[in-house]
Amino acid sequence: MPGHHIIIGGGLAGLTTAMKLAEEGEHVDLFSIVPVKRSHSVCAQGGINGAVNTKGEGDSPMIHFDDSIYGGDFLAHQPPVLGMCEAAPSIIYLFDRMGVMFNRTPEGLLDFRRFGGTKHHRTAFAGATTGQQLLYALDEQVRRYEAAGLVRKFEGWEMLGVVPDEAGDCRGVVAIDTRSLELRAFPGDTVMIATGGPGLIFGRSTQSLVNTGSAASACYQQGATYANGEFIQVHPTAVPGEDKNRLISESIRGEGGRVWTYKEGKPWYFLEEMYPAYGNLVPRDIATRAIHKVVFEMKLGVDGQPLVFLDVSHLDPVLLRQRVEGVLEIYEKFVGQDPTKVPMKIFPAMHYSMGGLWVDYSQQTNIPGLFAAGECEFQYHGANRLGANSLLSCVYGGDVGAKAMTAFAKSHKSDGSTRAHDLEVTRHREDFDRIFKMDGKENAFAIWRELGELMTENVTVVRYNDKLKATDAKLLELKDRWGKIGLNDKGKWANQEALFVRHLWNMLELARPITLGALNRNESRGAHYKPEFPERDDENFMKTTLATWSSDGPRFGWEPVDVSLIKPRARRYDVDKSATAAKPAEKAA
Amino acid sequence: MAERTTVLRIKRQENPRSATYWEEFEIPYKANHNIISMLMEIRRNPVTREGKRTTAVVFDANCLEEVCGSCTMVINGRVRQACSQLAEGLNGTVTVEPMSKFPVVRDLWVDRSKMFDYLKKAHSWIPIDGTYDLGPGPRVNPQEQQFAYLFSRCMTCGCCLEACPQVNDHSKFMGPAIIGQVYLMGQHPTGAMHQDERLQALMGEGGIADCGNAQNCVEVCPKSIPLTTAIGDVGGQVSRKWLRDLFAK
Ligand SMILES: Cc1cc2nc3c(=O)[nH]c(=O)nc-3n(C[C@H](O)[C@H](O)[C@H](O)COP(=O)(O)OP(=O)(O)OC[C@H]3O[C@@H](n4cnc5c(N)ncnc54)[C@H](O)[C@@H]3O)c2cc1C
Ligand code: SF4
Ligand code: SF4
Ligand code: FES
Repeated sequence: MPGHHIIIGGGLAGLTTAMKLAEEGEHVDLFSIVPVKRSHSVCAQGGINGAVNTKGEGDSPMIHFDDSIYGGDFLAHQPPVLGMCEAAPSIIYLFDRMGVMFNRTPEGLLDFRRFGGTKHHRTAFAGATTGQQLLYALDEQVRRYEAAGLVRKFEGWEMLGVVPDEAGDCRGVVAIDTRSLELRAFPGDTVMIATGGPGLIFGRSTQSLVNTGSAASACYQQGATYANGEFIQVHPTAVPGEDKNRLISESIRGEGGRVWTYKEGKPWYFLEEMYPAYGNLVPRDIATRAIHKVVFEMKLGVDGQPLVFLDVSHLDPVLLRQRVEGVLEIYEKFVGQDPTKVPMKIFPAMHYSMGGLWVDYSQQTNIPGLFAAGECEFQYHGANRLGANSLLSCVYGGDVGAKAMTAFAKSHKSDGSTRAHDLEVTRHREDFDRIFKMDGKENAFAIWRELGELMTENVTVVRYNDKLKATDAKLLELKDRWGKIGLNDKGKWANQEALFVRHLWNMLELARPITLGALNRNESRGAHYKPEFPERDDENFMKTTLATWSSDGPRFGWEPVDVSLIKPRARRYDVDKSATAAKPAEKAA
Repeated sequence: MAERTTVLRIKRQENPRSATYWEEFEIPYKANHNIISMLMEIRRNPVTREGKRTTAVVFDANCLEEVCGSCTMVINGRVRQACSQLAEGLNGTVTVEPMSKFPVVRDLWVDRSKMFDYLKKAHSWIPIDGTYDLGPGPRVNPQEQQFAYLFSRCMTCGCCLEACPQVNDHSKFMGPAIIGQVYLMGQHPTGAMHQDERLQALMGEGGIADCGNAQNCVEVCPKSIPLTTAIGDVGGQVSRKWLRDLFAK
């Protein structure tokens, strides 16, 4: 008998899992708040990494692996990252076979571009809408299985929580129809969480509106461990906006874009000067901190504003249009200027969470039967993610997860009891009853804005312990004010406000392990930077932060990092990597 | 001088069966405001221009960078994405309505699931043998890739259906977007091997014959997809298949 699986989320990770399970003949119920084709993964512009080595550069999965571990500042467990890098070329080939219109070389082969943190052309791309193209290819394959009756889609349904049985195994989920507000339990042999990043905790980020991290937070509150929450990637180049910060992809620098500002009346290409070996293609945390320094410490922002230039006006406009049209268009549409003529004005923005639900090497969380893949889990990027490695980790994680889910379902058949499901439905129904009775003075959307400003100011690029403590105190205050919300909309049909009130609570809960995780980590590593502790401290902190929910705040534990394959070494981008490595060739000789 | 503002006149509807009504909201002007960020202002303070407390306007949006297709609405009579409609360039009162060719869920949120059903009906996928490692895909001519790429950016937003006179309550016409996708699938070397199944879906009721060549669709497509080229080309493919089928009988 085939297993019956529940997947929450239809981004790259969720759709890959669905496709892989259906291919094995397993049954899938796929849930997504937005139609899966509108998931956040469509936003990915730059591309997907894989050491296919078509440029005669001698690239290999081992070099990709080393770049990823080094870029992640030795915080990622190494074996799964190696697995991902080894699988990468075949993953790119698979997407090519599924019809993704990747850019081509004159010979008709796949073309590759350069991204940050590497010296190789390793990023396959379809114009500047790679995520969209990859997502659509998966969407099409999953639709094929839907037509064949193996996949049932629940679009417009939102997961509220998981259903643990008496033994603590996960036996399904409770979800709500965002239109009718019907609340139901869905039993399953396994559950996969693939709900993406928590960008909205930071108010305006580069992420999409459904990315509140609410589902991951719900799992955390039900006992799933949340790992490395403090590692938040701030992308160096985004256009600040009223509703979101729009990313200007790293591919712009990959194609030759330069970052500069005026110093003593002359253009100053500060990344090139500070980091001669990698120049504009240093990893994101490095570029972001450099921009922060230039703007806030040296006060050299463009027109005194927190902005610097990202410039492609010296490059061939025809070639640019062919390769990064989608990115140029975003700037044109939302700023109204042509970047091939006028340098873009950009500033760093919250972009990605390296942290997430803790999973083992088979993508299973600490709750048996509950799996996680994609941006909502912590496994592949250590302290800093390299550009174009996320799409890869979503697909790879989905694949690994699907195999483990099939095996789990075989050995853990449910006895058909629905007692636990009924209990959970009642709990969630009571929660909503309370929300519908809220008649205080506070507005949920206004509290959200305050949360975003608080987190962006204190828990992103530069972190100080006193400010982190104050932030956590403020979070408790916001939770208090959450109780004083007045619901404007008491309607029982498509009530987005009532649903948002729940998201907001979950955001506040998840903001705490992020903030306190940062407070606990007294070192600087990858995206996590404390001026009071400017060095990486392997002796005390080469370990994964593990947060467990309790009613009086997150409890913390730690887990050692598996560094069995590459020996940790200092991470520098002002010189070539070879200068930082122990010289194995000499030793061997 | 009075502070500059933008007035949004919004068509509202509680649920699919209830009557519609209009409400106006006045929002302080900011150069980088767009329709969605103004709807977000309303959520923070749902009070109409006349000072009446109301409910937040319900809308559909996700990416906020015109790539997911969610936030398609009719703004000042023209269908487009609301997130990329900046406040700058809008003068006077701005009317915002839900699309008319799809059932309204609530306020500005519409149900476009029929477009996903069309994709299913037309077998809009590449039938690969399996996801296991079978090595590299077929080589593709870079010029052909550049042209096919244009079609792969279709975000199922529905603008072209909204603008097409042939898509209406009395017809089953599936609209131009699906024809663009069938064209795209036929451009891929593997997809081309199975194009007949897709053409079959476009030969029946609601298929390509219902297109009246009004060309409204190309004009409104936010991704400038050459839909009429696809309609012409797929039309030819359908005729050739029809002849082939005739002689095969
Ligand atoms: C602007 C931008 C550009 C990027 N560019 C690149 C790039 O070039 N290369 C790269 O590798 N990475 C890139 N990234 C990162 C990458 O896009 C994301 O990390 C990745 O797409 C996440 O995919 P996912 O499958 O984990 O989740 P998502 O695509 O975010 O999907 C989440 C899914 O979960 C659903 N969901 C959420 N909560 C619930 C719930 N409670 N109930 C039901 N469903 C729910 C949503 O509806 C959605 O379907 C970029 C990110 C951004 C913001
Ligand atoms: S050409 Fe005209 S009739 Fe045909 S699909 Fe486009 S708008 Fe509709
Ligand atoms: S063809 Fe253009 S207008 Fe039509 S759905 Fe696709 S993107 Fe939208
Ligand atoms: S919100 Fe995605 S297109 Fe506007």
